[in-house]
Amino acid sequence: MSLKHIDLLICCGSGCISAGALKIKERFHEVLKKHHATNEVNIIETGCMGPCDFGPVMVIYPEGIFYKHVTPDDVEEIVSEHFIKGRPVTRLMLQEEEKTFAVKQDVPFYQKQIKVALENCGYINPESLDEYIATGGYEALGTVLTQKTPQDVVDEMKASGLRGRGGGGFPTYIKWQMVHDNKADQKYIICNADEGDPGAFMDRSLLEGDPHRILEGMMIGAYAMGASEGFFYIRAEYPLAIKRIKMAIAQAKDMGLMGENIFDSGFSFDAEVRTGAGAFVCGEETALIHSIEGERGNPTPKPPYPALQGLWGKPTVVNNVETFGNIPTIFRKGAKWFSSMGTEKSPGTKVFALTGDIKNTGLVEVPMGTTLRELIFDVGGGMIGDHKFKAVQLGGPSGGCLTVEHLDTGVDYESLKERGSMMGSGGVIVMNEEKCMVNVAKFFMDFCVEESCGKCSPCRIGLKQMLAILDRITSGYGREGDIEELQRLGESISKLSLCGLGQTAPNPVLSTIRYFRDEYEAHIRDRSCSTKVCKDLMHFQIDKDKCIGCSLCARNCPAHCITGSREEKYLIHQVECIKCGNCFDVCPVKAIDKVPGIHPDTVAHRAELSKAVNHYEDL
Amino acid sequence: MKTLADLKKIREKAQEDMKLRGGNVRIKIVVGMGTSGIAMGAREVMKTFLEEIAARNLSDVLVTQTGEKGLSSMEPVVDLIEEGKPKVTYGNMNPDKVKKVVVEHIVNGRVVSDYAVATGD
Repeated sequence: MSLKHIDLLICCGSGCISAGALKIKERFHEVLKKHHATNEVNIIETGCMGPCDFGPVMVIYPEGIFYKHVTPDDVEEIVSEHFIKGRPVTRLMLQEEEKTFAVKQDVPFYQKQIKVALENCGYINPESLDEYIATGGYEALGTVLTQKTPQDVVDEMKASGLRGRGGGGFPTYIKWQMVHDNKADQKYIICNADEGDPGAFMDRSLLEGDPHRILEGMMIGAYAMGASEGFFYIRAEYPLAIKRIKMAIAQAKDMGLMGENIFDSGFSFDAEVRTGAGAFVCGEETALIHSIEGERGNPTPKPPYPALQGLWGKPTVVNNVETFGNIPTIFRKGAKWFSSMGTEKSPGTKVFALTGDIKNTGLVEVPMGTTLRELIFDVGGGMIGDHKFKAVQLGGPSGGCLTVEHLDTGVDYESLKERGSMMGSGGVIVMNEEKCMVNVAKFFMDFCVEESCGKCSPCRIGLKQMLAILDRITSGYGREGDIEELQRLGESISKLSLCGLGQTAPNPVLSTIRYFRDEYEAHIRDRSCSTKVCKDLMHFQIDKDKCIGCSLCARNCPAHCITGSREEKYLIHQVECIKCGNCFDVCPVKAIDKVPGIHPDTVAHRAELSKAVNHYEDL
Repeated sequence: MKTLADLKKIREKAQEDMKLRGGNVRIKIVVGMGTSGIAMGAREVMKTFLEEIAARNLSDVLVTQTGEKGLSSMEPVVDLIEEGKPKVTYGNMNPDKVKKVVVEHIVNGRVVSDYAVATGD
């Protein structure tokens, strides 16, 4: 007989796990045993609840109480006060501006969100097929298989207006229609889960938090186009996502939701998981297909499109995880319902991974057309501390940055593209005024150079040249004309590259030049980095009036370049300084300043060096 | 599994297991579990509710708890909240009274006026 009257949902997304969620779960088991209350509480591990910054988080039903930053030491109090006596622990609730938010629905982070793909993420146990079915799971598949023809399914997708959530925004139904119309003995459907953008974790969270939804979406697609076999291409860095999807496949097969003659409709389907070895380029669909075939993960020119000649030469559709995640709900609630959200050209919602210098980092889902301001300041809670918003990078290394003037731009495929950025897969990196935009562009360029497969020369050689130019700009050797050269290179690489990686890789550089040209100019002309991020374009200086001569800085300097005495105070020898920042950190009276620009001593030293080099070369 | 009806059967059972997380709840039972309530046997009262509900397979009834209700002299105190009807508060509860409330109020829909100490908000 069940005496359970509490459902304890512990977020076990990767963020909360790394913050200690599993230890907390163990502790709950121990403490409940001690209080003889194990038979009163269901402990459920869920996927990502979203507000990763509050982690570890948990929600307790039936009340829906939301606790954040829980530690193993808090467990005793939660059990004895909340579970045994019914008195929720106020100090663990979210408190903002003297207001306490007890219940999950009231938490401001969730207010502007509408969850479609993430509907069950953080609400059900991802390892339980029953819980997925309880939320209406596999109902869409059953209805589609028993009541609709494949063409009906494609038409419904057309009516919904769903566009590929992997970044390109290509209408999903067009791909499906092409494969549907193409007669072949074998067709394939592939789920692209090779999420590689720095700072993006949407696909991972979906696979970890609600794997059956992705599987159901894939099967509906497979039925529409007549594919009998599917592949999940998941990067090897996502072990939990791989485990969960494998488990979901096994459960679905056990229950007869997958395999031969599903729902007595004559439709049979099987899927398996392939792991990627960590190459960013394998997110490109032709490279991904070659990787599954066992070939080197290099892209090939299109056409032929995968819809005509894909995996092993057969018609193939590659859809992103989030695209599949929307499909079961579209068929359960109708295309009309779906297209009523978002904007006219970009219907529905989009999942974003919010990271960077904002308060509420995490996983969010908002309707398309939500402004950046709402996304960053309402959902994201605004900037940390007193810092100002400077820029936001959307779409990772393929996207571009936007600035304060774009905050009221609605987030959809077209309006972002017009402004030199892109939707991408949904990574949103928010930056405050302490970030150097030249350095940010260099970071993404460095990433793309590393990840370029090397097949086509614009990408292989061109990106390397762009990185070299950025490198010299940030180390104080920038030249007049470098900005124009970057633009010329960037535009030609975009036009000439074979695949999406090269075509979009110059975007971060081009967009930062577009909106922060003055910073590039200051780096080149004044040899100065106003944000003091580029180490070669700043220096440390000791303020003699503040220095108390304690010698802490000198003793902690690994380069032994600080000298002085109690009477004379201390001095940094600029030429030897390696800019490690130790002195800055240890100074008890904050007498050390970061100053933009190269110190005159260093300039003189550099001039001497180059004279010596010239002299040597003349010999 | 071969038909939508099979799926529906599984869904209904699974929803029953997940009812604590919301869903189709007709009556909510709120047991006051403050210190004085527990001292007077509120935990026993709650357990009996849970047992009786499970034994009778009442899938649309939810048992939850709250802190001190301010009626210390009448502990254990229990609220029965039903959609569209005034809240009924029962006082001085014990396992035997619980059984009667389950049968009379929850199953048959008749308020047990002998035990009720207040109605309405």
